[in-house]
Amino acid sequence: MTKAISVSGLHKSFGPTRALDGLDLAVEAGEVHGFLGPNGAGKSTTIRVLLGLLRADSGAAQVLGMDPWARAVELHRRLAYVPGDVELWPNLTGGEAIDLLARLRGGLDVRRRAELIERFGLDPTKKGRAYSKGNRQKVAIVAALASDAELLLLDEPTAGLDPLMEVVFQDVIGEAKAAGRTVLLSSHILAQVEKLADRVSIVRRGRIVQSGTLGELRHLTRTTIEAETERPATGLDALPGVHDVRTGDGRVHFAVDGGEVDGAVRKLTEFGIRSLVSHPPTLEELMLRHYDDALPAADRHGTGGERDARGAGGSDGAARGGVR
Amino acid sequence: MTSATKTADVGAPARPGTAAGGGALAGTGTLVRFALRRDRVRLPVWILALLLGTLSTANSYAELYGTPEDRANAVETMGSPAGLAMSGPRHYLDDYTSGAMLGHQMLGFTAVLVGLMSVLVITRHTRAEEETGRAELLRSTVVGRHAHLAAALSVAALANLVLGLLLALGLGGLGVDGVDAGGSLLYGAAHAAAGLVFAGVAAVTAQLTAHARGATGTALAVIGAAYVLRAAGDSGENGALSWLSPIGWAQRTYVYVDDDWWPLLLCFALAAGCAATGFALSTRRDVGAGIRPQKPGRPVASPALGTPLGLALRLHRGMLAGFGAGLFLMGAMYGSILGQAEDMLKDIDQLQEALERIGGTGIAEAFASMVMVVVAVVAAVYVVMAALRARAEETAGRAEPLLATGLSRGRWAGSHLAVAMGGGTLALLVAGLGFGIAGAASTGDGALAPRLVGAALAYAPALWVTVGVAAVLFGWLPRASAAAWIVPVYAFVVGYLGQILRFPGWMNNLSPFGHVPRLPAADLNWTPLLVLTLVAAGLVWLGLAGLRRRDLETK
Repeated sequence: MTKAISVSGLHKSFGPTRALDGLDLAVEAGEVHGFLGPNGAGKSTTIRVLLGLLRADSGAAQVLGMDPWARAVELHRRLAYVPGDVELWPNLTGGEAIDLLARLRGGLDVRRRAELIERFGLDPTKKGRAYSKGNRQKVAIVAALASDAELLLLDEPTAGLDPLMEVVFQDVIGEAKAAGRTVLLSSHILAQVEKLADRVSIVRRGRIVQSGTLGELRHLTRTTIEAETERPATGLDALPGVHDVRTGDGRVHFAVDGGEVDGAVRKLTEFGIRSLVSHPPTLEELMLRHYDDALPAADRHGTGGERDARGAGGSDGAARGGVR
Repeated sequence: MTSATKTADVGAPARPGTAAGGGALAGTGTLVRFALRRDRVRLPVWILALLLGTLSTANSYAELYGTPEDRANAVETMGSPAGLAMSGPRHYLDDYTSGAMLGHQMLGFTAVLVGLMSVLVITRHTRAEEETGRAELLRSTVVGRHAHLAAALSVAALANLVLGLLLALGLGGLGVDGVDAGGSLLYGAAHAAAGLVFAGVAAVTAQLTAHARGATGTALAVIGAAYVLRAAGDSGENGALSWLSPIGWAQRTYVYVDDDWWPLLLCFALAAGCAATGFALSTRRDVGAGIRPQKPGRPVASPALGTPLGLALRLHRGMLAGFGAGLFLMGAMYGSILGQAEDMLKDIDQLQEALERIGGTGIAEAFASMVMVVVAVVAAVYVVMAALRARAEETAGRAEPLLATGLSRGRWAGSHLAVAMGGGTLALLVAGLGFGIAGAASTGDGALAPRLVGAALAYAPALWVTVGVAAVLFGWLPRASAAAWIVPVYAFVVGYLGQILRFPGWMNNLSPFGHVPRLPAADLNWTPLLVLTLVAAGLVWLGLAGLRRRDLETK
């Protein structure tokens, strides 16, 4: 496979702030690559360098075999971008904005445009100033996906979308992948990336700390299980990969490493399970555990939104946890 | 002034009883104090500016028209249809004292400004609050259905009353002949009445659309219509049209001449009616929505929107149309008095000297050259706003998605700059046409029209240089882009005031507008125009080169 994106040793500072600190990234053609990191880790900065909107202080970047700074326009004809915070023109309708963006990129598939508008439930006749954040996001998503770009750069594209629309989004990305397109999907929600990505890179403070397939990352993730049992559950501590066991009041609460869920749940069944809830691991927990990352104060603000998103995907994650 | 500040300083602490009382008006008192606190700078500045403007005008009337001959001249000038359209009804001319001049020439103009102040106050505290969602937050507390509108109307009424009172006291205490205490009280009351009418109008328009811009725009259109109606009525044979205008009513008090109070009753009745309509309409709509449903727009873009130039034209067209219409009217207004320029100006010694220095064959041509400077400065204001639009798009985060498509930075910014240059030239053209047509009509010299159009267009290269300065700042020092405003401000100070205050020549040469030949009085000289055009091209090229080198600013 050829590389759609290859980046090495990227540095970028804004005044005293170091946004990128030697970032390396490789995305194969045709894969969906998850780009994970807390807010402020450098995800958006990386994507903007890949778009040639920002110039890196040092390091090399190749997108579709081109230098994004020197050949930005040529490159942009072959990719589509959804920013994390979409701003629209107050007096242009959503439909006009979609057409404008797509035409400037080199045209769009009218049938596909209509289909996407239908699937996302977007009203294209509303003016930009009347759209909610989620609807502005839909405008950018439709504009990006209605084109036949070979590379999609998506910067937290589902921020503001409701859970139903997030499912539509996942379907659409799945179709894009089936059509052979390459996707770089940035997110701060591990569960979302897990559903879509072939490979994942985790960025922290401007550098990649972990990169690989989801299987390779499995050891990093840890599922939280909360169960109500008929008899008090004992002996869980002794199992491999089980941590932080707390019992009482007929309930047990523990965390288990990604590869050890099966053994733990088998053990639980011995005590008669009345109810079982499992939470998928969150990026925040991952960062805290593996990088001892007291997240900088600025990132804390972002965790409110993260929690909401996690809540939205929670039931889904719980079901999967139970099956495993 | 003092009373306004004092009330404003009462500030936040709310009496618990105010908000706890039930009903549709619950919380009004708290909201009034909150609004006054938010407007503690804004309102005193408005009131002070209107007060001082009026007082200094009253003083200058007394100085400029000290003798009966001066006043007779003024009657002759203002008595023309053009003069009456710009001022007020003819009856004031019967006894043209300083007071009558104030009522005739100043009242209609300040009534527009008081109306503007009132409209902005109402929209800011009602529709704008709803649009941002802040009203929703407040309405979820113990705040009644009508509290926001009632509070906004109270604040507007308070501001208008304070202004009226200060005008009455200030003018009454001025000691100018023909400006007595009783008339001054009516003069102040007329302002308050006009302000209340337009506050009421805004209370209605704020219910119609879901957006503050629409609400303000509609209310301002009503003010404009009121002014045009009275202008048409006063300059024509019968004054019936003026009776359709609240500004006309205020002027028909014939303040300082007859001192009739009763026309103000019409104002108060209309204000009360409008306010009641506003309250009634507000109960028929949801919070955040307008009475008029949002019109759906085009679901697909027209072919013109597919290019960067098409987008730039679309984004600029509203502002360009506004400036174009304004400059056409401005040109027409100056043009309509061109024929009387000689009579009007011969009494003002300083202006006379300035005009003589400009040279030319006649005083009308010299006057026209001077008007051109003002026209060019107004066009330069447009040009700076238009050129800085690219920067506004960048900081608003709207450039980012565009520049991630197959659109280069040069074409994107170049489109905005091209519209600024072309739009500025167009603005000069329509101003020149208005000035030329009306000027030719008022002087009876048809050959003047093309010369005046040419004189206006001669400033186009200077506008292009102004765009170039903005482009260089945008490309190399984006955060300092607003410094481009220095160009029109400097051009005004040097080009207009400098004629009167006799600044040294080098100060004039610093401004691109200083190099433009002062047509039609002076001869046409192509060299400076060509040099300015080349300078403009160089500056734009330099600016775009800077833009290509720098990081795009993102949110």
